[in-house]
Amino acid sequence: MSLTTGSAVARERARRSGVVARRVQAYSILVAWAVLILIFTLLLPETFFTLQNFTAIANSKTATVLLTLGLIFALAAGEFDLSIGAALSLGAAIPAWLYNEYGTPVLIGIAIALIAAALMGCLNALLSVRYNIPSLVVTLGTGTAVIGLVAGIVGNSTISIRGDWWNTVLAHRTLGLYTSFWLVLLIALIIWYILQHTPIGRHLYFVGQSREVARLAGIRVNAYRYSALITSSTLGALAGAFLLGNTGAVQARIGQFFILAAFAAAFLGSTAIVPGRFNAWGTVVAVYFIETGITGLQLLGLQAWVSDVFYGTALVVGVLVATLATRLRSRLSERSTL
Amino acid sequence: MVTETVLQFTGLFKTFGATRALIDVNFGVQAGEIHGLVGRNGSGKSTLIKVLSGYHVPDPGSQLTLNGEQVNLPISGPEAAAQGLVFIHQDLGLVPAYSVLENVRLNSWQAKGLRRIDWKKERAGVEEELERFNLRVEADTPVAALSQVDRAILAIVRAMHHLGTDSTNKVLVLDEPTAYLPTDSVDRLFEAVRTVAHTGAGVIFVSHRTDEVLEITDRISVLRDGRLIDTVTTADTDEQALVSLIIGRTLSSLYPDRLDLTPGELVLEVIELNGDHVRDFSLTADRGEVVGITGLMGAGHDEVPYYIFGARDAKSGSITVNNQVLKTHKATPTESIAAGVALLPADRLNLSGSASASVEDNVALPVFQQYFSRGRLQLAQVRERVGGLLATFDVQPAMPSLEFSSLSGGNQQKALLAKWLQLEPTLLLLHEPTQGVDVGSKAEIFLRITEAASAGTAVLIASTEYEDLANICTRVLVFDSGRVVGELSGDELTEERILDLCYRGARGRGAHGMVFQWRPYRVGFIPPGIEPEFVKTPGRAAAHPSPKAVFQWRPYRVGFIPPGIEPEFVKTPGRAAAHPSPKAVFRWQPHRVGYIDTPGTGGGETRTVDHPSPKAVFRWQPHRVGYIDAA
Repeated sequence: MSLTTGSAVARERARRSGVVARRVQAYSILVAWAVLILIFTLLLPETFFTLQNFTAIANSKTATVLLTLGLIFALAAGEFDLSIGAALSLGAAIPAWLYNEYGTPVLIGIAIALIAAALMGCLNALLSVRYNIPSLVVTLGTGTAVIGLVAGIVGNSTISIRGDWWNTVLAHRTLGLYTSFWLVLLIALIIWYILQHTPIGRHLYFVGQSREVARLAGIRVNAYRYSALITSSTLGALAGAFLLGNTGAVQARIGQFFILAAFAAAFLGSTAIVPGRFNAWGTVVAVYFIETGITGLQLLGLQAWVSDVFYGTALVVGVLVATLATRLRSRLSERSTL
Repeated sequence: MVTETVLQFTGLFKTFGATRALIDVNFGVQAGEIHGLVGRNGSGKSTLIKVLSGYHVPDPGSQLTLNGEQVNLPISGPEAAAQGLVFIHQDLGLVPAYSVLENVRLNSWQAKGLRRIDWKKERAGVEEELERFNLRVEADTPVAALSQVDRAILAIVRAMHHLGTDSTNKVLVLDEPTAYLPTDSVDRLFEAVRTVAHTGAGVIFVSHRTDEVLEITDRISVLRDGRLIDTVTTADTDEQALVSLIIGRTLSSLYPDRLDLTPGELVLEVIELNGDHVRDFSLTADRGEVVGITGLMGAGHDEVPYYIFGARDAKSGSITVNNQVLKTHKATPTESIAAGVALLPADRLNLSGSASASVEDNVALPVFQQYFSRGRLQLAQVRERVGGLLATFDVQPAMPSLEFSSLSGGNQQKALLAKWLQLEPTLLLLHEPTQGVDVGSKAEIFLRITEAASAGTAVLIASTEYEDLANICTRVLVFDSGRVVGELSGDELTEERILDLCYRGARGRGAHGMVFQWRPYRVGFIPPGIEPEFVKTPGRAAAHPSPKAVFQWRPYRVGFIPPGIEPEFVKTPGRAAAHPSPKAVFRWQPHRVGYIDTPGTGGGETRTVDHPSPKAVFRWQPHRVGYIDAA
């Protein structure tokens, strides 16, 4: 194909503008976060812009971050996992119940819960991979059933492990932040490495984006789908265990309240840092971005309902931004091929 | 015919940033004319169509005249429709789950709002329109059940319906309408396009296929690098002249020189492979051979690459590649790739490549593993490798970060060839490798295939592009009804011979001395009291190694005929009561039941078969299983 110099220059320019657009999008959530903090600081200089408030935000959301980090494995593989709420309930309520009822050490209780959650993930994968039922339907079913079972076993009252070493260690503060926060950061680092810097991560994205292409390229698609669903359940249960450690007391149905938050953060996170992909740091930032907004509004005197409104909005806005950005990118790509 | 200009672009410019996509284009279409618009990918062809459809805003000063009236640019959708401008894009825009009737009417029911739809009247109207275009489908059939060509014609019917009954001063734009059509059904689409032109509408026919453009159009406009190079009268030009106009230089040959093949070592051995349509398929291929497999649409040849690659499970048979036996059941592409096999499926955006992923990720997908060192993926090295490959395979633009779907068809295919050829496979399987690819890229793709073959790769191409196969393959196997009916090589390997075998096989002509048996196959139910009748067809013969063959017959529906026409093959009484159409057309397809000891004993016999229903209608289709002596 013959190229005129003019059009080659234009192509290069179009390519650069594509790269710039991607960069801008990658970090725009950080800018939005900073603006949000600035606004609340101006409105509430006494209460909002305090070290205490920031550490409270960081500490209170470690379980949500971990839960969402697990969820992005499933989403990246193209599977919806609505049973993460149930996984969280398993991880939080079962160890607490075993501890109170039988005096089982919390760590053993957690191990049992993790195994149970992994089995649930395995069942999810079996039904959606082997029998080709959409994972959205499968996990809605298993998730609801498992939460019900946990509530049946544990009962509806709040159970506490306060004072146990798991509680003491996880809620121990280093530089004002819980041990669980540092652990979650470490896990985020590992997940970032896996998704971004290993062939496994690349393959996982392909499995989610174009399953047949991946299969015909020799990737063991079903193995990836199994692993993704098992990982999301297991990390969900671990998030539950962290929640138990942080707060020291939980209820059986606690997991239900985390599902929407995790999905909102995952989709919002997919528009940031590595736009267009579910990614670890985007997820971490998205969770804290949303939480900053909610805390700020609550400090302004708005009631708890604000969090539902905020999470719902964040989910829709996240998906909207992702869609618009994809459209913009393909426009720019199209232009550079002309 | 009136030679009135219905559409005229004058001084059309379109600039994207510093890129000039269209430069001073003057392009006119006359009433009743089929006007071809050709050019390589990136020549400005699609930009022109997008300006016409209102998607792109042209530069100030550009003028568009429709029916003598100047139109404000950009033209809006409703305005275009009001001016009698209608588009049919490659994807046709039909709703598969809806019926033919619903698709044609979509938003033009005579009843408005909440008023009741007069189904009878609408149906009569639609049937008349179908009749006009010789489209023999029932108004209630879901579009999903139609063949590709019927869908394309239906899209034309709908477009013409939207233009109203008076189609003078109308323009129909067909954007690559034949890209996904099997070669043997293109004629029917052309018939429909001519019907449109006869009504007095102008037709703009955009296509990559020079043979089709030369066949159907009256005049051809050629775009190159954003300029309209020439508008020629089709009758005064030929393929070579047209191709030179398109690519701007004389292309000595579309096809690379044929290889002199010295028998090499055996790479592929397929024995008695049976699949959904494929029957008893055996094949061997040596290093450096380019083997073509072809047939009419649905002949079964197009399944073979997927079985060999392990992308689909075969029913029986054995496949050996490089002395390594591949599984035919519960097979996985992973094992085939390890054995040195590569497959490039026909569906570029869903099976071969991921539309939304970057070019880089698409090309590097099979080799990511190799770039995992020192604990991380060496992305810089991956990018370097992909950049190099894109340059080698002449992918334009050679930018690894672009979204895959933003490349043109030809460049996508070159990138995907790079994806697989970088693995240096010993067996390369290709399915319709040049579908929707411009003529320049096509030559490059053929060159790559030949180069790979001379480097020792055995190549297997499943395609219905008979001319291409005749020119680049060392031999070609022709399928009919899942079986190989002939093998061509050397001087015999010509487009005509391939076509001849395809159609002769399909019609079951030219045979004598064969034994046929019959097997019932239920197609529906008839009312009580009517006796099913078994049809005997004349035997056919062929030169074949085996002395004894037995045939059975099986029904196979190929479509529907309109009222008043007697079906030619149907000899059975009554019809299927539960059948959507009262008149089915059947083709014959042979099906093996076994072998007999002496020739002739099975000949023409009707076999009685226990059947669950007393009211079944049986029809028969011939299917070859082997051969007997002429005696």
